[in-house]
Amino acid sequence: MTTLRLAAAVRGPGRTGPRGRPVPLLAGAVVALVVLAAALAPLIAPHDPNAVDPLAVSLPPGAAHWLGTDDTGRDIASRLLYGARPSLLAPLAVTLAAGTIGTALAVSAAWLGGWWDRLVTAALDLVFGFPGLVLAVVGAALFGAGLPVAVATLTIAYLPYVARVVRGSALRERHLPYVAALRMLGLGGARACLRHLLPNLAPLVLVQTATAFGYTLLDTAAFSFIGLGAQPPTAEWGLMVAQGAPGLLAGRPEQALAAGGAIVLFTVACGLLGTALSQRLAGDRT
Amino acid sequence: MTAHYLLRRALGLLATLLAASLAIYGGLFLAPGDPATLLVGGGKPPNPALLAEIHRQYHLDDPFLTRYWHWLTGMLHGDAGTSLAHHDSVAHLIGSRIGTTALLIAYASTLILLVGTALGTLAGLRGGRTATAVTAATGTLMAVPTFVSAVLLIWLFAVRLGWLPAYGTGDGLADRLRHLTLPALALAASWLAYVAQVTRSAVHTEQGSEHVQTARGRGIPERLVIRRHVLRNASGPILSVAGVSVAGLIAGSSVIEQTFGLNGVGALLVQSAARQDLAVVQALALLTVTAFALVNTAVDVATAALDHRTPIGGARP
Amino acid sequence: MIPLLEFDALRVTLPGPRGTRRTVIHRVDLALAPGSAVGLVGESGSGKSLTARSVLGLLPPGARVDGDVRFDGASVPAMRPPELRALRRGGAAMVFQDPRAHINPLRTVGDFLTEALVSVRGLTRAAADARATALLDEVHVADAARRLRQRPAELSGGLLQRVMIAAALAAEPRLLLADEPTTALDVTTQAEVMAVIDEARRRHGLTLLFITHDLALAAAVCDRAAVLYAGTLAEELPAHRLATGATHPYTRALLAARPDPTVPGAKLRAIEGRPLPADEAGPGCPFAPRCARATGTCRTERPEPRPSGDGRAACHHPVPLEGSAP
Repeated sequence: MTTLRLAAAVRGPGRTGPRGRPVPLLAGAVVALVVLAAALAPLIAPHDPNAVDPLAVSLPPGAAHWLGTDDTGRDIASRLLYGARPSLLAPLAVTLAAGTIGTALAVSAAWLGGWWDRLVTAALDLVFGFPGLVLAVVGAALFGAGLPVAVATLTIAYLPYVARVVRGSALRERHLPYVAALRMLGLGGARACLRHLLPNLAPLVLVQTATAFGYTLLDTAAFSFIGLGAQPPTAEWGLMVAQGAPGLLAGRPEQALAAGGAIVLFTVACGLLGTALSQRLAGDRT
Repeated sequence: MTAHYLLRRALGLLATLLAASLAIYGGLFLAPGDPATLLVGGGKPPNPALLAEIHRQYHLDDPFLTRYWHWLTGMLHGDAGTSLAHHDSVAHLIGSRIGTTALLIAYASTLILLVGTALGTLAGLRGGRTATAVTAATGTLMAVPTFVSAVLLIWLFAVRLGWLPAYGTGDGLADRLRHLTLPALALAASWLAYVAQVTRSAVHTEQGSEHVQTARGRGIPERLVIRRHVLRNASGPILSVAGVSVAGLIAGSSVIEQTFGLNGVGALLVQSAARQDLAVVQALALLTVTAFALVNTAVDVATAALDHRTPIGGARP
Repeated sequence: MIPLLEFDALRVTLPGPRGTRRTVIHRVDLALAPGSAVGLVGESGSGKSLTARSVLGLLPPGARVDGDVRFDGASVPAMRPPELRALRRGGAAMVFQDPRAHINPLRTVGDFLTEALVSVRGLTRAAADARATALLDEVHVADAARRLRQRPAELSGGLLQRVMIAAALAAEPRLLLADEPTTALDVTTQAEVMAVIDEARRRHGLTLLFITHDLALAAAVCDRAAVLYAGTLAEELPAHRLATGATHPYTRALLAARPDPTVPGAKLRAIEGRPLPADEAGPGCPFAPRCARATGTCRTERPEPRPSGDGRAACHHPVPLEGSAP
């Protein structure tokens, strides 16, 4: 569903964000901190994230358990730290795969043209017609629930957002005089592509994938939340929100709120960082 | 707006739906193992007699295109097969649930269109502090994913304040709407924020545009300037994102129905996917993609009708 | 005689970054007698458009006006919204440079022409349509009935500018402000549109403030010419004396930079340096950095406008007139 908004963001007027210098700096700090916490989870987590303790079920936050425990007695803070790993790695995999495959498709389509270009364009249009989450649900129905399937289907869903933009840019680039000049020098198509076209497209690919990352994070979390992504007992943020939801009614909202808060905080920070990055790469055109 | 344009859009829509249905049906044969196993649902291999029956019923031994044609014509006649997991026809399963989903989406769409555009217009016209406040609030809302806003709304309004019910569907229209209020809010929140931001920006752009200045310079009363020039001209982009939002609600409703225990087709889709009940998933995926494509096409046509700046297929004088 | 429009030491500042203020008009003194036509000439950025806009109170948000603009004796900056609307509805009307940007692209030409007639003057639709048709005839737009149903995108720039003029005339104004009405058009259309403006002015006895960067055009259409440089009125004189009677070095330089078709192969003399945006002008004469006659006084002391030749010039060292010096 968030893929839609990404599409709309490409179409519609851009949203205005804060432009001051401290904001990207703070956002960068948040992102770095979360990534560091994920990497060092085994060192800093106070407990084993999967250790059930029947004697310490649904405890409120306290000295032993900073955020309390869930309904099987697992330490929420530790699960939050460990949960950062799949929560960040899965969308990272989606973004990297969609970025790489999308760029390869786009550049080859723009470079070769003809039936290959038409086929790629038609296929991308078809994928564009599916809401990303629905595509992932169908994938789960066919291949079974789990993070690997979620990553694969979301990668397909995000292909058009990278490929469409890159193809347009590659087409423009391909018709610039320098490409013709390179060919006259006897440079082969593949080498001209790799050595000259790709480096010129790199900033665009970077911006597209960086922007998509936040959205893929929300989509994978949503997918785990509805039970089709990460499977228990894995600690993952979307799944933690779902597992914490019953606690809301029982007066133990810590798990749902902490995991939800982590998702929002990290996405906002990523979004701000992405905006700052794209502004820098685009140069100050204003 | 010409007949030619409408025809072209209709044909494009048809082509998209055909390709999508082919993809949805073909997906069945991408999965490992016997597709009959998937159609039975449950992921376990059923007994050979049942498998043979499934093969016969779904024409699984025919050539692919014949099978596809059978399936597609069945869909068009309202025959979407049988869900063995539910021991019920797929058409009946969907029919009994689609009302809830339709009401939820209609409710959320209304919220988006009314509140989102009103907030955006207010911010765009007033500017200054109002605009800053609206931009900050909507910027925050946009970053909150649907399922997190659902959790927050349940916690705040159902648990802490006890104003609205958190689960269930309710009886009678008024009670159903009461039960749908939190789900609709959660579903609409981030889209509403998005529509508000685009509206603000569109209204703001028109406010500073030269033709609006001309209208002011001619002494046209301010309310007419706002209505006939600012809002009328901003309506194109607003309509366009509102349409994208409504299309987005269709996909987002699965998450919300699941969270709030609503018995709609979105929850059915998720549950069927978890059970690998393919007959239901295929039918619902096709339904969702159709609704999605219809809304997008309708919005494109409406936007073109609102904006005459680019004559569509018409001759220039 | 009481002037219909009078700029009295007009000074306009706009909000700049971080609470600073940019001065976009330093000083304009100018009076337009009823029925006269005054050409306001200057390069882009000299503040001529803002000067015209100040008459209708159409300055950008946050603009501050010092000095005064008086229309028929009433101070425009002091007007409250109802008085300002009354001025815009019937006192003064404006024709903008780019009609395509200044006419709502989504509404028909008929809507544009009748909007004010219906909403402000309370005419019925039918009466307003008839009036709009008559107005289009007056500005020589053929096939008026069809044009009323068309949208701006379907009309050429020249036609659209006539529509704008017709809309201005619909207000039955006493003053017409024409802000480079022909700049966006091609040369042949320019002449036609100028003729339409001139004809309308004579028929209705309008007072005209004509803004242009084209000296020859100003001399041809107007009674008097006023030259603006970097937000300061440099010189004001009878239009027919422009070629021979200018005393301000800037006016002289402008004239010399113009190609003279009667002298083939004559050398053009570009003005040294770059034109100064109004907000970069220092304490002295804004033209001093580019002026051959500038002295120390010019760089430190802003010249007041005073009689010079047949008009007035704001210059410490005006060029003396001795017969005909090119």
